[in-house]
Amino acid sequence: MTETPLLKITDLHVGFRGEKKKILPAVDGASLTIYPGQTVAIVGESGSGKSTLAHSVIGLLPGAGVVTGGTIEFEGQDIAHAKKDDILALRGSSIGLVPQDPMSNLNPLWKVGFQIKEALVANGVAEGKEADRRVVELLEEAGLPDAERRARQYPHEFSGGMRQRALIAMGLAARPKLLIADEPTSALDVTVQKQILDHLDMLTDDLGIAVMLITHDLGLAAERADHLVVMYRGKVVESGPALEILREPEHPYTQRLVSKAPSIASQRLSSQRARAEVREQAVQTAGEIAAEVAQSNVVLGEGADDIVVAENLTKIFQLRGARPWQKVDFPAVDDVSFRLKRGTTTAIVGESGSGKSTVARMVLGLLPITSGRVLFDGVDVKDLTSKKDRLRFRRQLQPVFQNPYASLDPLYSIYQSIEEPLRTHDIGSKKEREAKVRDLLDKVALPTTVMSRFPAELSGGQRQRVAIARALALDPEVVICDEAVSALDVLVQAQILELLNDLQAELGLSYLFITHDLAVVRQIADDVLVMQNGKVVEHSSVSQVFDEPREAYTRRLLDAIPGGTISLGS
Amino acid sequence: MSESAARPGQARYVAPLEETPLRAIDAVVIDAAPESQWREAWKRLRRSPLFWLATAIIVVIMVAIFFPTLFTNADPQDGDLDRQFAPAGEGHPFGYTFLGYDVWARTVYGARASVAVGVLTTIVATLLGMVTGAVAGFYGGWVDTLVSRFSDIFFSIPLLLACLVVIAVINNLYPQRGFWGSVLVVVMALSLFAWPQITRQMRGAVLEVKNLEFVDAATAIGASRLVNLRRHIVPNALAPVIVTATILLGTFIVAETSLSFLGLGLPSNVASWGNDLSGATNQVRSGTHLTVMWVPATALAVTVLGFILLGEAVREALDPKARKS
Repeated sequence: MTETPLLKITDLHVGFRGEKKKILPAVDGASLTIYPGQTVAIVGESGSGKSTLAHSVIGLLPGAGVVTGGTIEFEGQDIAHAKKDDILALRGSSIGLVPQDPMSNLNPLWKVGFQIKEALVANGVAEGKEADRRVVELLEEAGLPDAERRARQYPHEFSGGMRQRALIAMGLAARPKLLIADEPTSALDVTVQKQILDHLDMLTDDLGIAVMLITHDLGLAAERADHLVVMYRGKVVESGPALEILREPEHPYTQRLVSKAPSIASQRLSSQRARAEVREQAVQTAGEIAAEVAQSNVVLGEGADDIVVAENLTKIFQLRGARPWQKVDFPAVDDVSFRLKRGTTTAIVGESGSGKSTVARMVLGLLPITSGRVLFDGVDVKDLTSKKDRLRFRRQLQPVFQNPYASLDPLYSIYQSIEEPLRTHDIGSKKEREAKVRDLLDKVALPTTVMSRFPAELSGGQRQRVAIARALALDPEVVICDEAVSALDVLVQAQILELLNDLQAELGLSYLFITHDLAVVRQIADDVLVMQNGKVVEHSSVSQVFDEPREAYTRRLLDAIPGGTISLGS
Repeated sequence: MSESAARPGQARYVAPLEETPLRAIDAVVIDAAPESQWREAWKRLRRSPLFWLATAIIVVIMVAIFFPTLFTNADPQDGDLDRQFAPAGEGHPFGYTFLGYDVWARTVYGARASVAVGVLTTIVATLLGMVTGAVAGFYGGWVDTLVSRFSDIFFSIPLLLACLVVIAVINNLYPQRGFWGSVLVVVMALSLFAWPQITRQMRGAVLEVKNLEFVDAATAIGASRLVNLRRHIVPNALAPVIVTATILLGTFIVAETSLSFLGLGLPSNVASWGNDLSGATNQVRSGTHLTVMWVPATALAVTVLGFILLGEAVREALDPKARKS
């Protein structure tokens, strides 16, 4: 044990200069050690300081960031207080970086090969023809087939996964001793994520490069790293061997994370039992509602068992062809059928481009259907031509969208946002509407003090709660959640899923739940539709999909759930 | 992964709970008063020295427009050839023009015409541009093509040249007009060729906003297209238009001056900076009595600067990058 650490961070404090020169701490006394060749993961929610910590190591703090205390020793040399030139010398050649967003981290104006060559030349690794050869080797090494041709292409010709491979090639160009990977795959599909991480693992193992992996996903961290560092509110709250932490988390925050991480939590039997209970209650409540609907003349529908039925739904987009007068048909959704039973949840799972959101938009009536039909409670949506019928349909089917930053009008106060559906449908007097808004806020567990607030003042999770409250304002029977929890931190995501479950049990709601994340499906869904390239590849109950997937594609999706293979015992 | 003894610095570590007590997940933390986007922009505006400088200039000009007698007691229409280029005196700080008008009085009263043209043209052109831009961006398709190509045609015609033609034609048809009649003609001519700038801005902003999820959410609630446009899209597309409009105001004042200078803007009996500058051309040539030129020219420059600074300050305050989110 005479090994010297590659990177040793001791009691590091980093802050951001705010208004009036006051320094707001972002990293508050963090310490960690990385040995050569080792993979260390830093796990934390957004705002925990994990990225700030990583950026201070490579001297890339944003303008207002300052290291206010502590040391960062790289091979025994303090770089926290080093001169700019010394850090510049280390950057690239000794410490490489794979940034978070593959879409914005390549210059669209230059060929990919040229940008990697830049890294080689800047670090004095190679020049001229020699560098060109190296670029191709590096791209091949990063797992890009046909590297020679790829090097001559522009970033826009690359998919997200290919770009991330190019960035990995760039980060490894000068054979650094440490590679900082800042959420390297959070913008990618799960199957691509797995491929890339597998490849990165292999490469860094072969080359003996140490990796500092920044991630919000505990499952992923535990799967990839030997040593875990859990950060919370700028502090390291727990660190140690990855499996040990996962099996016996000691700090209450880590315990929370371990119990809520969807990839791990979904394995638990307890979460499946809880779901079964929710379902039972929801179906019962929904049955009572259905009986009322069947009696009523006011509410749209017949009180059928299947509240939403999609039959052979197809959507063809016309894309521009090679010539101005040519059009190419692109089937985004191809012959999709499903039935959503009252009081249950059907999840539509797929990667980006699978057509899952297009299905949701067609069911919502936001996008014209090319062929096929949607039945809402026994009524063909296409036959709803009168304004009165359309409004009745709207009342009973409401969406919750993905992006919590775009789903609320920034100029509307929270009160106005939730009141809008009531106002649009002329429901109640002003007083009654206010009472209803208060009641809705209560249902989504937000204090009524937020009524006068504006969306910019709330967190992503809170905005999503407001969006749910707005969707529930008209007492709908069906809520369509289009990636409603995808943009949220793990703990917040778990909280929103719980809220959705509670509301389903209480109000007998039926959900159509669109997601790319199979891990969350088990906690909320009863039936699953797996989509690929616009087609349904598998359609069955949740337990069947998880326990005995029939299709290879489904199996691949399941395998790609990070941490899914780690056994936790109970 | 063998669970061998941890290496130095990597032993299992658990921070004491007191150090970072757990917070409730996603608790609502609100300590300031609620802030709408507009109120926030106003707060940023108030902190900007640029804004206060611009406001100071504009306030002085507005006072000159509504209470010119606070600045001068002379009559701007009182010309007397006996006073040709008479030197400055008590109450007449900059002397007299070639035709014996009080230079300072002409300049003070000239503000009214110039600023009136600027403000009215901005209002008319902005309204025109907002409506056409919103319609083009929102409906898309052939409506968009029609509006866009039409505005391209107007955009491609040089502003001043086109206005010269239009004003010349109107002058021939209706030669006799009062002050407001003359102002109105210039406003109409300028607006007729200035709206496409606003149209483009508005169209772009509407295109951006109309695809945001809150618009879909409103549609799913049952809001009709027009209600959606009025309630959600236009208000959210307004910020860049306001910025452009404020900056355009300055350029319209310059345009009016240029037209009058060329003798086709406001008729010479109306006191305006363009007319004064036009009258001063001989002095520029001869190089004598240059105050006749300097005084209205400075007034013009300061006024335009005031409005352009205001536009700049508003742009900074409304810049989406500066918004918290």
